[in-house]
Amino acid sequence: MLGLSINNVSKVWNPDGPDPVPAVTNLTLDVAVGEFVVLLGPSGCGKSSLLYIVAGLEEATAGTVTFDGLPVTKPSPERSLIFQEAALFPWLSVRDNVGFGLSIRGGLPGLRAEKVEKLLRMVGLGGAGDKRPDELSGGMRQRAALARALAMDPKVLLMDEPFAALDIQTRARMQDHLLTIWRASGASVLLVTHSIDEALALADRIVVFTARPGQIKAEIAIDAPRPRDLRSPEMIDLARRCEALLAEEVTKAFQEQELL
Amino acid sequence: MSDNTLHTGTTLPKRKPGFAARWIATAQSVGWAMLSIGLFVAIWEIAWWRGWANPLLLPPPHIFLANLTEQFRFFDPNGERIGALSTGGSLWSVLGVIGWSSMRVFLGLLIGFTASVIVGVAIRYFNIFGKLTLPLITMLAPISPVAWLPVAIFVFGIGNPPAIFLVFISIFFVMVLATLAQIDAVPKHYIQLARVMGASKQQIFLRVILPAILPGLFVTLRMNLFGAWMVVLIAEAVGVGSGLGQVTMMARNTFNASLVFFTMTLIGLTGFLFDQALRLIQRKVLWWIGPSNIGAL
Repeated sequence: MLGLSINNVSKVWNPDGPDPVPAVTNLTLDVAVGEFVVLLGPSGCGKSSLLYIVAGLEEATAGTVTFDGLPVTKPSPERSLIFQEAALFPWLSVRDNVGFGLSIRGGLPGLRAEKVEKLLRMVGLGGAGDKRPDELSGGMRQRAALARALAMDPKVLLMDEPFAALDIQTRARMQDHLLTIWRASGASVLLVTHSIDEALALADRIVVFTARPGQIKAEIAIDAPRPRDLRSPEMIDLARRCEALLAEEVTKAFQEQELL
Repeated sequence: MSDNTLHTGTTLPKRKPGFAARWIATAQSVGWAMLSIGLFVAIWEIAWWRGWANPLLLPPPHIFLANLTEQFRFFDPNGERIGALSTGGSLWSVLGVIGWSSMRVFLGLLIGFTASVIVGVAIRYFNIFGKLTLPLITMLAPISPVAWLPVAIFVFGIGNPPAIFLVFISIFFVMVLATLAQIDAVPKHYIQLARVMGASKQQIFLRVILPAILPGLFVTLRMNLFGAWMVVLIAEAVGVGSGLGQVTMMARNTFNASLVFFTMTLIGLTGFLFDQALRLIQRKVLWWIGPSNIGAL
């Protein structure tokens, strides 16, 4: 089966230690080709852990992840990862950062350079290729990170709260930007956030997580065309639903912390 | 929206100040440096003039800098002979003496830096090697390089090797520990990203870890430069027979206070130039670290 398929995955941190922490328990989730899925949940509910397992950077304690029918055992450029902070290499220019994956992969330098320029223009950084990462604003840096991920022609973009560190205005613009790029690239997106508005603006499907250990509490499909008006009655209804679902979990998480 | 105007990058404020502004800034910092030294010299000269400082014990600059040819006589790059038999006596012989000391510091630092980075990386990359060596290195690190001096002479005899060895010792253990700290401080996301991009272990090391740790290591190297200079002087005073340390020791033995202060001046200047050179290298090679992170003069 094509696309991403997460079957009965559990993850326990520090499993042999005195204090094992279950991050995710018996989670099953499919992401179709080209689908935009948002994982919504309280902080520390294991949604990032799930992302790392899908990326192949962490191993699931139990269960399997398959991508296009093949089991995920190690990281691969076709499952590209984007972090909350852009994590651009400070010793490379923006251009070389975007081209980093391509240079690892090899290939003709001329073609690579051409592709990098195209990507820089696509994310609106056409004139910033020679700059150092610390000369860019937070939004520009995150766009460079996006270009770096897109350079590998990923089939799925895994995004771990990619816009959480940005101010609200930049955030809204970056979300529009991401939607444009997502449509153009045809890749699936699995995006982690704790912002309900972000989930509503972006998702084909919102997957609400429970507090740790993470399980799926609810799935909400959104058919409304984008760009969405978050102040429309339907969206406000959905937002209320999400809020109610999250509030229960946040209360639970707080109670658990007080017990500790 | 503000983000949109940044697309072209033209609205970014220019990072580099203009030529004139930079020149003024340099002139100002040089001015302050001159004033700082000038004030110190002035106090010293006044102390001499008022008779507080005995010119035999604490000769002020105008005395120890007065008769340069007289001072030059004591500088013999070959170090074996002094005074009348010395081959010294010219500016070249002074530069030769400074050159010997500098060469020992330079070689010691170079070998020490390279070896400590290799060992530090090996400790983190090869578990068994780390388990075997790290406790030993941690235990040897606090031993003063001066305590190694007899060992250096037992093993290497008299000459350049013990001095170079001492400089090596003075930075090696510290730099190994610094390398470990730097490797551990490499942001996890850098490595995870490289792995996702399909980088091999070797590529991750050469293209991510190495550039990430070099700036911090260079700062550690600069901080230990002065320690290396102290050590080389001790080694020269005791077991080498040439160099600035030997001249200082000879001046002490012959109760030549003028020569002591003249040599101290040379040592200070040379150390300063070394630090400037390292800063320059740091700025040219590690260009991605802004000047603000390198530290002021």
